[in-house]
Order: sequence, then structure tokens, then C-alpha cells
Amino acid sequence: MSRKIIELKNLTKSYNGTKAVDNINLFIRENEFITLLGPSGCGKTTTLRMIGGFENPDSGDILFEGVRINDLPPYKRNINTIFQRYALFTHMNVYENIAFGLRIKKTPKDEMDRRIKKMLKLVELEGFEKRHVDSLSGGQQQRVAIARALVNEPKVLLLDEPLAALDLKLRKEMQIELMDMQKNVGITFIYVTHDQEEALTMSDTVVVMNNGVIQQVGSPVDIYNEPKNRFVADFIGESNILEGVMIEDYLVEFAGKKFKCVDKGFQHNEPVDVVIRPEDIDVTRREDGLLEGVVTSVVFKGVHYEMLVESNGFEYMIHSTDMQEVGSEVGLTFGPEDIHVMKREVTEIEKQG
Amino acid sequence: MVGRTIKRIYIGIIFLFLYAPILVLIIYSFNESKSRGHWGGFTLKWYGELFRDPDIIKALYYTFIVALLSSLISTVIGTFAAIGIHNMGLFGKKIVLNINYLPVLNPDIVTGVALMTLFVSVNMRLGFLTMLISHVMFNIPYVILSVLPKLRQMNRHMAEAALDLGATPFYAMRKVVIPEIMPGVVTGALMAFTLSVDDFVISFFNTGSGVTNLSIVIYSMARRGIKPSINALSTIMLLTVAVLLLVINKRTAKGDELIP
Repeated sequence: MSRKIIELKNLTKSYNGTKAVDNINLFIRENEFITLLGPSGCGKTTTLRMIGGFENPDSGDILFEGVRINDLPPYKRNINTIFQRYALFTHMNVYENIAFGLRIKKTPKDEMDRRIKKMLKLVELEGFEKRHVDSLSGGQQQRVAIARALVNEPKVLLLDEPLAALDLKLRKEMQIELMDMQKNVGITFIYVTHDQEEALTMSDTVVVMNNGVIQQVGSPVDIYNEPKNRFVADFIGESNILEGVMIEDYLVEFAGKKFKCVDKGFQHNEPVDVVIRPEDIDVTRREDGLLEGVVTSVVFKGVHYEMLVESNGFEYMIHSTDMQEVGSEVGLTFGPEDIHVMKREVTEIEKQG
Repeated sequence: MVGRTIKRIYIGIIFLFLYAPILVLIIYSFNESKSRGHWGGFTLKWYGELFRDPDIIKALYYTFIVALLSSLISTVIGTFAAIGIHNMGLFGKKIVLNINYLPVLNPDIVTGVALMTLFVSVNMRLGFLTMLISHVMFNIPYVILSVLPKLRQMNRHMAEAALDLGATPFYAMRKVVIPEIMPGVVTGALMAFTLSVDDFVISFFNTGSGVTNLSIVIYSMARRGIKPSINALSTIMLLTVAVLLLVINKRTAKGDELIP
């Protein structure tokens, strides 16, 4: 494993008495693509701004390569940022925007030309030097912002919802391009988004945040398949979350029945939350199912149908390519590996409902 | 069809009402005959006479110097004030903006007398300096009002982006914030210049012996009886202000477009 480049230790920041970031601890490794993911107001942007030096933490430390940088102003940090809506300098052309950081460092003219040319090639904007930034499309402006930051060869790049202003198709393209760029230039990306799909697609590591607290840190696969609590399960993808009881290792009871599962390490008869993803439930004939139910709604979603099946007072969401008529009686089945058991936490999340 | 004709007549009457006095003034400034109401033929002699009158030349000089200096000073003060106001909290911003509006809405005569009272109470001799200070004073709010919208239009992360790329706060201000709001600053300066050329009431109360601007000269000339050279002088002033206004309007209409 590569070494840690940034560490956050007991970081806390409040605005007018509300804690935007509440005592978080996190380390970020060199060359990692890490994403801070959460709903708006979860503290992800505040965390990013503290790393960039635009907000001062109330308490706690930010370490950069082991050195405390709390009191270092942004212009002395070896970190660059892609801001929401890019914040390009509209009174300068593309070349001057990218040259801004290099001019401050008094880079010789020929070296500056060479590096800017290289950057424009990287972001596929060759020949755009003299263009006015206002004349560029959203995607092109985005690329200029990336070039403007990367030309300074920062060790860490912060990206604050960089694709939020783009349309869906362009967003998907830019996701791939950003991932390629990160691999090519070999620098650490810290990415902020509220789009869970984007986070799962792009990241090496996802940090799920809510109410200023880190809920879970893990690889996209871990986060999706093994959500640590109700909030993560609910926020990442669609979920059926049921209350249950862990009878013993590998045996859980919910919906009035006992099911085999792959989870262990809980206390006997411990109350738990059970997650089953909509795509993990199969619809069968009524008599073949583990559970029985009635289809209450069917919506065509393009790739699949989204069906709601009521069984024993709970509505299961199911994603399937086979359509069932509304009102038909069906059976539901799933395997032990489709059942994810989570510790029940009495948290803010539950209080909010 | 009839509706359109009525509309045109209506707007014609309005323009006639607004511009007839000015038109008459301009026409008579070219009148050979000294008497009003009688056309004695076309002449430029009143304009020539103007430029031979030392009082008027002096007033022209003071008008220009005061307008130039007061617009420069008030633009610098007003621009930095606007940047400060822009970065204030919501509540403080509201208070300061309302305080800023007050001199704009205040009758000139009140502002003029108030300033005079102030200058006299601190034993300042009324003259060039007091006139300049009062012009700076009434110009600042207009500069603030023309710079603030540009700041609001600016991406709020613009200054941060400069810092992020290694600029010190001073460098970011000089190279990014000021150029970004420059159109508003220039418009503010032009407006200040126009208002300064235009002002009579405040100048009248705050100037001393020997220092007069054009509007004061016209006023004192008119008290001694209307001479055709007054018409000529007024025409010149009118044209100056009209040209400045056109420039300001053109800049505002261009909106976001930036000076090269």
C-alpha cells in the first residue's frame, strides 16, 4: 500500500452552532481516487474546503505528508481545486487561465508554453489557447478548469461536484476521462459528490457522510454489498430494509420467517436491520417463493421494470426484466448471499425517520 | 392602424414636451440677434465669446478638474467599499446598503447645506478643497451601486480559485477580482464624472471665493440677465453630459461583455 498523503484527525467545524463536520478521522493514500459522498449538508464540501485551506477547522488537525497544515493559507498548499461551476477567470483567454499559476511561480516562457501545450493535449483542447472562456461549452470549460489545476503539478487535486452542471451524457463521458486522467498523471484525487452512482463508478475508496459524521469508508463494492447501517443502505442504491432478529450465526429471522444467511458475529437474538437489494429478489410462481405477495405497481424504467410487491404488510421493491401484471399473486425468492444483515443503530438517522 | 397613429402622436407630444426647451436653447445659441424671439441669422460668435471670457475658462477648468479628481477618488473608495459590502454578512450588508442609499435619495439642497455646516464647524475655508470633498462624498454611493452587481455576477469561488493557484490575497485582488468587476468600475467612474459636471446645488454651497464651476457661472450670469452666450455654454454642457450618458448606457446595455 502506498503511503498516507493526507490525514484528518478529530476534525470539527461548526457554523452558527450546528456541527457541519463532527469529529471526523480519515486518511487518504497517495494516488488514491477517494470520494466523499452524501446528501447536501452532510459536511462533504466543508471537509474538502478545510483540506484546501478555505475554511479553518474549529478543532482537530489536517496533516499533509505528516506535517500539520492547519495554519497554512491556500496559496502555500501543494493542493489544487476544481470548483463548482469552475470559477474560470472570464477576463482571460484559455491560455492565460492555465498560465495563472505558472506566472505566479515565475516559470520561464518556453517552459510555460510547453507545459500548457501538454495540458491542452491532455484535456483535448489543442488549438483553444486564444479562445475566450465564455465562448466555450460547459464541458470545455470543465476541461480548462482541470488543465488550470493540473498544470501546477499538485500532489492532491480536490474536485467539488465538478460534473454537476453537465448533462447526463457528457457527465458519463467526463467520468471516464477523469478516471483515465487520474491514472495517467498519478496524483491523488479527492472528489465530492452527492451522486452515488458517480461515486461508485469512479472511486477507489468511497467515504459516505451524513450529518457531519463518516458513516462508512470502503471500496465501492464493499459499500454497495455490505452497507454498515441503514443510512448507507438507503443512500447507496435502492434497498428493501426490514427489521429482523439475528437468531444465531448464519440464521436471521424477518418477515415472520427464519432465513439462512452468510452473516455472523452478532449476539443471540440481537435486533438487526436486514437489507435486500431490489435486483437480488427474483419473482416466481406463488407456490415456489420464500414469501408470497401481490404486485401493487409496475413502472418501466428503460433497462428494467420496477415493481412493488406487498407481502405481509411490507412493500418490497424489485427490479426485474420480466414484467408481472398489477394485482397478480407472485412468490419472492432470494439466496442466503442476497441477505445483508446490519447492526441496528439508534442514530440521528432513525430519529429523523 | 388608428391605434398605431395615436401611439405615435402621443409619444411625439411627450418628446416635444421634454425636448422643446432644450431645442429652443440650442437654436438660440446660434442666433445672431441679441434679443430673444427674433432670429437674426446664424452665427458662432457666442461660442467664440465664451472662450474669450476668462471667468468662463476658469470655471471650465475647475469643473473639469473637480469632475476628474472626484470621480477618480470616489471610484477607488467606492470600489473597495463595494468589495467589503459584498463580503459582509446578510444583516450587515442590508444595513450598510440602506445607509448607502440615503445620500442618493437625500435632496441636494440638504446635502449641500449639511456639508457646508460641517466644513464651517471645523473651520475649513470654503473653496476648491471643500468642493472636491463634497463631490467625492455624493459620488461614492453611485460607484458602490454600479460595482455591486458585477460582484454579485462573479462566481463566488473566483477569488478562492486565484488563492488556490498560488496567488496571495493582494495578487488575487489585483489580477482577478478587480479585472472581473472592471466594467462596473468604469461605469461607476463615468457616472461619477457626469454627476460632478452636472452638479449645481451642492457646489454652490460648498465653494468659496474665486472657485466656481460652469453651473455656478451660468447661474450668476443668468441673474444679470440672459445673454446668448449662456445658451452657448448650456449647449456645450448639455452635449458633454449627453455624450457621457450615451457611453454609460451603451456599456450597461452590453451587459456582461467585457472591455478588451
